[in-house]
Amino acid sequence: MEILPILLALRRNKVGAVLIGLQIALTLAIVCNCLSIIQAYRAQMARPSGVDEANIFTMNSDWIAESDDLKADIAADLAALRSLPGVVDADATNGFPLAGLGGGTEISMKPDRQQSDVGTTEYFVDEHGLAAFGVKLIAGRGFTADEVSDLHRHDDDAAPSIVITQRLGRVLFPAGDALGRVIYLRSGTTPKRIVGVVERTQSPSAAFSWGQSAAENSVFVPHRYLNSHITYVIRAHPGALATAMAAGRDRLNALTRRRVMSNVSPFRQTRQHSYQSQHSLSVLLGVLCTLLLTVTACGIVGLVLYWVTQRRRQIGMRRALGARRADILRYFHLENLLIAGAGAVVGIALGLAGNTWLAAILALERMSAGYICFGAVIVLALSQAAVLWPALRAAAIPPAAAIRDL
Amino acid sequence: MLAYYLQLAIRSLRRNIALTALIVAAVGMGIGTSMTEFAVMRAMSGDPVPDKSSRLVMPQIDIWGPDSRQSRTGPAVELPDQLSYRDAMALMRAHKGLRQTAMYGLAPDVTPAQGRPFPAPGRATYADFFTMFEAPFRSGGPWSQADDARGANVVVLSAKLADKVFPHIDAVGKTITLDARSYRVVGVLAPWQVIPRIYDMSQSAMMQAEDLYLPFSTAIDRQMRHYGHNSCNSTPPPGWVGHLTSDCVWIQFWAELPSVGAIGNYRRYLLNYAAEQREAGRFHWAPLVQARTAREWIAFIKVVPDDVKLGTLIAFGFLIVCLINAVGLILARFSSRAGELGVRRALGASRWNIFCQCMTETALVGTLGALLGLGLTATGQAGERALEGADSPLAQMLYSLDVGMVLITVGVAVLATVCSGLYPTWRASLVQPALQLKTD
Repeated sequence: MEILPILLALRRNKVGAVLIGLQIALTLAIVCNCLSIIQAYRAQMARPSGVDEANIFTMNSDWIAESDDLKADIAADLAALRSLPGVVDADATNGFPLAGLGGGTEISMKPDRQQSDVGTTEYFVDEHGLAAFGVKLIAGRGFTADEVSDLHRHDDDAAPSIVITQRLGRVLFPAGDALGRVIYLRSGTTPKRIVGVVERTQSPSAAFSWGQSAAENSVFVPHRYLNSHITYVIRAHPGALATAMAAGRDRLNALTRRRVMSNVSPFRQTRQHSYQSQHSLSVLLGVLCTLLLTVTACGIVGLVLYWVTQRRRQIGMRRALGARRADILRYFHLENLLIAGAGAVVGIALGLAGNTWLAAILALERMSAGYICFGAVIVLALSQAAVLWPALRAAAIPPAAAIRDL
Repeated sequence: MLAYYLQLAIRSLRRNIALTALIVAAVGMGIGTSMTEFAVMRAMSGDPVPDKSSRLVMPQIDIWGPDSRQSRTGPAVELPDQLSYRDAMALMRAHKGLRQTAMYGLAPDVTPAQGRPFPAPGRATYADFFTMFEAPFRSGGPWSQADDARGANVVVLSAKLADKVFPHIDAVGKTITLDARSYRVVGVLAPWQVIPRIYDMSQSAMMQAEDLYLPFSTAIDRQMRHYGHNSCNSTPPPGWVGHLTSDCVWIQFWAELPSVGAIGNYRRYLLNYAAEQREAGRFHWAPLVQARTAREWIAFIKVVPDDVKLGTLIAFGFLIVCLINAVGLILARFSSRAGELGVRRALGASRWNIFCQCMTETALVGTLGALLGLGLTATGQAGERALEGADSPLAQMLYSLDVGMVLITVGVAVLATVCSGLYPTWRASLVQPALQLKTD
């Protein structure tokens, strides 16, 4: 192995080696951080919302002037929607997972908010609500018709029962006995008995950075939501989503013209819209990483080609003294490995430091060691591949170059 | 001398086009990506009314007490960032600023002459709003103070809404139906983008300006539903009147003061007001107020979202790698011309002359790189527009080049190339004439 001669030869060409090493170091630091961030975002976007995503669509309805009998209007709408062919169930509510808008409240274990514990989202639904959302009950039951009361304002407190998510149950009752216990909402005094626990339901703001801590804290409260701005949730049979959506919109428009329908969209679209910025950033970082690797590879190719022309005589001399082409090839690869290896070590340190800094200023997660190793392997492999062509050019130098000036 | 250097530079660029192209490409790509990201960050973190932003003040009053600040969740603001109706009206009556306005967001339904009704984002505000935030008018003007006082049925439209409902004609003087009532149009705004939307940052600072503006008193009289962020510390009394008398905060309030020095007086007035409220028995904790200027708010709210900051950082990292590349390439360039430089030295040029010559050449390459970078920035912005999927005015504003951005791009490109060329140029100026003349 000719490591020592390579190092001694590099002494004469310090600057070039430093340049390559620095490029490798920076590329490695940036690439492994980007990969880790992209992975974190993809994991975030892949979280299930808990509802029956493939078969649900939502519509917003806005009554133009104050309706005389909002309750009757909404009941008529729901009856029309539930009677459509292809519809499993429908409900009127104040918000929907990942939809952005919704109501938030706090849960207390004691009445009158003497001890306010946990922030949560509340969904007002009637007895059809859990079926319309398509959430999975893992304990207890849904609401019965007589538990549901009218809600004219956000803070009517009359509901006797409540359904919570599994995560919320674990936060409130770590022993796991949430079913049957009693909690209070906001500063209310009516105890609400937990009659059911669903596996998972995300909040409307689960995609935003400030909504992360309470992303899976949701409660269902048995109220008929009577508001002139309302969200309809309709769950269709598998395969019937598109027809149900068109039919639902047309039927509601036919019922009355005194309202504006907007945001008629399948849940898939709501989800996409909700995670738009994470998606954009992932694409951007991916593009940047690809460009970065390309530029580094081209830089290595250029610089090593230049060295080859500089050392033409020396290479010719080595060939004249008996080196085979393979020896020249191996020399250049080894030299590159040494430089890139040193650069990779610096890059790992830079990457870790950069990650700590990013985690501090941007509230990102720390990178796992796997990404660093993966990044180092990619970058080293890339630099070896990049040096192949200049090395082949070097190996093609005839021994006569030692004595002739070409 | 400069002209001669330029001549030499152009000649040498032409001789070794491949290497030049590589350097220009390296610089151009780095500049293109970093400036694309930087443009977005710059657009988002700008000051929409720079000549006034240190005189526009937003009062905050502690009406919920010290307990409320412990149990708040969500983005941390020490005092509520909006006012209750009572306090907003009291401040309006006191008229302590040069101009002032209370306002809140609406979303009334517009019923056009043809077609279906649709909701449009709006704002209930006072006439001073337009002057305070420098809203440009295309035709007509704001309503008068008298209209404010008596709650007249007037409205100011945005250019977009006016063109949609009254295409090809001037909307001023026409009637528009909002929430099943008629309003007379008194003014139409020119296209207006306020980024960040400093007058209402209770939700997202990146939201667009509204499509219609109504007098505040009109909206309150008509009980027009509030569309925005509403926070209550305790259950408010029922009904619209209950909402108005409660301590729920949902109204934004801005005052324009005559000078920066008047802020102290305004704060004192606020403190007095809070003390009066305490005397009157409304609350029992020590009065606490805040009066932040618009500029301070922009800094406090941290308008630029994290993902934009991250994109900008990574893009600048990419720029640095490209510049390191450029250093290597420029080094290669000058090394291969050692002979020619040696001849110049032998003929009497000093080291400084050689340095200047090489620097001129580097600067020229930098300019070419800047041009490529500009082109790539424009492409990158087109790509971002496509990615965001919006042809909203917001996307147009964030993702387009203005004169300032062009100047910054060219400046950064030339400066960056010159910096990367410093070491190679210094090395080139050390060329030994005798050595070069002998071995060649």
